Amino acid sequence: MVHVCFYFQVHQPNRLKKYSFFHIGRDHFYEDDNKNRSILQRVAERCYLPANQLMRDLIERHQGAFRIAFSLTGTVVEQLKKFSPITLDSFKALVDTGCVELLDETYNHSLAFLFSREEFREQVAAHRALMRREFGITPTTFRNTELIYNNDLALEVEKMGYQVILAEGADRIMDWRSPNYCYQPQPCTELKLLLKNYKLSDDLAFRFSNRNWESYPLSPEKYASWLHAVSGAGETINLFMDYETFGEHQWRESGIFDFMAQLPEQVLRHPDFRFSTPAEVAAATSPTARLDVPDFVSWADQERDLTAWKGNHLQNDALEAVYQMQSDVMATGNEELIHTWRSLQTSDHFYYMCTKWFSDGDVHKYFNPYSSPYDAYINYQNVLADFESQLLPQSHTQKK
Amino acid sequence: MKILMYGWEFPPHISGGLGVACFGLTRALADKGHQITFVVPRLESPDNTPHLDLVGVNQFPLNPASDEQAHFISRQIEALSGTIDTETISSPLSPYLTKEQYLLELQRLEARRDEIRAQQEDENGFMLDMSGDYGPNLMTEIMRYASVAGSIASRVPHDIIHAHDWLTMLAGIEARNISGAPLVVHVHATEFDRSGVQVNQAIYDIERHGMEQADQVIAVSHYTKETLVRHYGISPDKIAVVHNAVTREFAPHATDYQRQTREKVVLFLGRITFQKGPDYFVEAAARVLAARDDVRFVMAGSGDMAPRMIERIAELKLGRKFHFTGFLRGSEVEKIFRESDVYVMPSVSEPFGISPLEAMHYDVPVIISKTSGVAEVLHSALKVDFWDVDELASKILAVLSHEPLRREMIEHGAEELKALQWSTAAIQVTDVYAALKNR
Repeated sequence: MVHVCFYFQVHQPNRLKKYSFFHIGRDHFYEDDNKNRSILQRVAERCYLPANQLMRDLIERHQGAFRIAFSLTGTVVEQLKKFSPITLDSFKALVDTGCVELLDETYNHSLAFLFSREEFREQVAAHRALMRREFGITPTTFRNTELIYNNDLALEVEKMGYQVILAEGADRIMDWRSPNYCYQPQPCTELKLLLKNYKLSDDLAFRFSNRNWESYPLSPEKYASWLHAVSGAGETINLFMDYETFGEHQWRESGIFDFMAQLPEQVLRHPDFRFSTPAEVAAATSPTARLDVPDFVSWADQERDLTAWKGNHLQNDALEAVYQMQSDVMATGNEELIHTWRSLQTSDHFYYMCTKWFSDGDVHKYFNPYSSPYDAYINYQNVLADFESQLLPQSHTQKK
Repeated sequence: MKILMYGWEFPPHISGGLGVACFGLTRALADKGHQITFVVPRLESPDNTPHLDLVGVNQFPLNPASDEQAHFISRQIEALSGTIDTETISSPLSPYLTKEQYLLELQRLEARRDEIRAQQEDENGFMLDMSGDYGPNLMTEIMRYASVAGSIASRVPHDIIHAHDWLTMLAGIEARNISGAPLVVHVHATEFDRSGVQVNQAIYDIERHGMEQADQVIAVSHYTKETLVRHYGISPDKIAVVHNAVTREFAPHATDYQRQTREKVVLFLGRITFQKGPDYFVEAAARVLAARDDVRFVMAGSGDMAPRMIERIAELKLGRKFHFTGFLRGSEVEKIFRESDVYVMPSVSEPFGISPLEAMHYDVPVIISKTSGVAEVLHSALKVDFWDVDELASKILAVLSHEPLRREMIEHGAEELKALQWSTAAIQVTDVYAALKNR
């Protein structure tokens, strides 16, 4: 039996408004509500709503044989509630089919694990509470922001009671091994590890509409045959990608929706193939080996390491600055301030400061509301300066 | 290939970026094996430039044949615009010279007039006096320059004619009339960059005529190319973009420099003219100084807007923090870069803009306007709309306040400078030459 395991990441950051030096001390609202609303509504219209409809149809048509997983960040759920409640409802309806697993992650899509265990645990707990509150689900699978992963994270996540964790099947950690099996993280005894098959995932997420790609145009039959070729040489094919692959990264005109509409049928033609969610894959397979990952991996860029968020002076400085505030922020006991502080931890803020122009600069540019990483840094530091001024004892007592 | 090149200035006698760019480009072209004869209006001292033949038009005797050419040229120019007054074109043509320098130069020429005439009549042929400076009688000089260009084209063997900016375009056309070699017109700046909205029609006509006549146009940036297409109606297919580079020899790097200023220093260096946006720098300075007072602003350069800037600073009562140095040369330029924490180029319109690269060479982070050619090749610079003084002030403050930002800009800047080589430009120019030869 080979499991085909789809997991889709659903995330939108709270983009900051243009916040110059002269706003500091005068303006305590940092987010660009208009931009966040218009982007969310555009993505909902192009991706979330039609893709949810498609997934729903597929689940119904295949009577439970088509199964998928989502990880929705706290920030995107907040935005959906605020700007597009019908989209949130359509996610809820999907979850209610029973064929959809929800994963846990940090509420703010943050890099907290790299800086503060305590803060990390708090954000995961907040996400878990959100999933229970909004969807009535308590996730048992964990994925860290951008699939950032190492041994220490696995151990921490196991202690927190999760059964499965996801990671990038990067060549660097896999070596000769195949991502198409279930593994156990080196330091763990219970937790299972599922690894992204990046080749087959990226065929859809990045290459699908590339006319220079040798396999363009990709048909469901062809892709299913690639999946079927794993038969006998693997137990699970983990296809992890941004949900925005449908309709946003790959436009509707590329045929991605039609492709997906036909894919399950093609996959299920093979009697040994089935769709499963991460928790189901973990329950049905046993670890084939232990995987030792002392250094961090992620799913970003060619390097698949942390350099997309933590690779230059700007990023390091901004990250240190925001995490240094932890005790001062917590000491205020002011929920609004804590919420704002956590929102400033969202990894996207640091991604915008990336200066890898020559290799992955293009993809950074595509996702970047700023025209340069310097602008991103300056804007962020201005916001942080104002935020810090609010932490002074007199200012937050006044606020209360 | 053998290149006959026309310019208006060449180091060490330069007043602006054009001469520096010509030097960098010709040396890289010479490295590629091209033989260059570079014609300037006036050469006082003997040429000791090793990589090319530097020729002064003032050294060339004018023979009767080319005298006829001179008349021909004059007629052509009159036909071109119909309105050019060859004697009384006044000062907005002077992109680089200050008013004071003009006046001095004028007086000098006046004083020498009879002497020169006597000298000319004394000689076997007839020597043109080519002052090589930009002044009120510039148009006359351009035409005389163009006419003598003909005689040079008939004596110097060449495969390509390459003319830099409008000042030499007519010379280039005339050279082509004589030899039939293809003409490349290289645009470093247009009349729109120099004058903003008050365009001098005569210069515009020459620029347009030159580009229309040229077999190929080279623009120093996409920004400039767009100007040529939009304002001059030149076909985009005819324009190649070749970005300028850094001429490092002008800025040797000493690492043991001891700064004298303890406060932060923000530098403007350039002509104090409309094109360079000095007024935006002043307004941004006022905003920065309202936020923190441990900063000094330096405006280095001269130009027709200098008095207005000084008055504005006085009005804002910022004289204690804002300094005018006047026009700086050589070692003074180096010193002011080394005293600076951030360099600002708020140009309203900058075809390329080589000075930010020079600032970066001294490890000074730069803030540049988006309406500049150099913004196309620099990632490690902060970019602003020149009119957005709040944003400019905010960015100056950011660079002064955040050491990691400064460091990141300097480190990336150093990498980018390495990539901005004249040899790259020379390869692109060689491609242009080759395409013309094979046409």
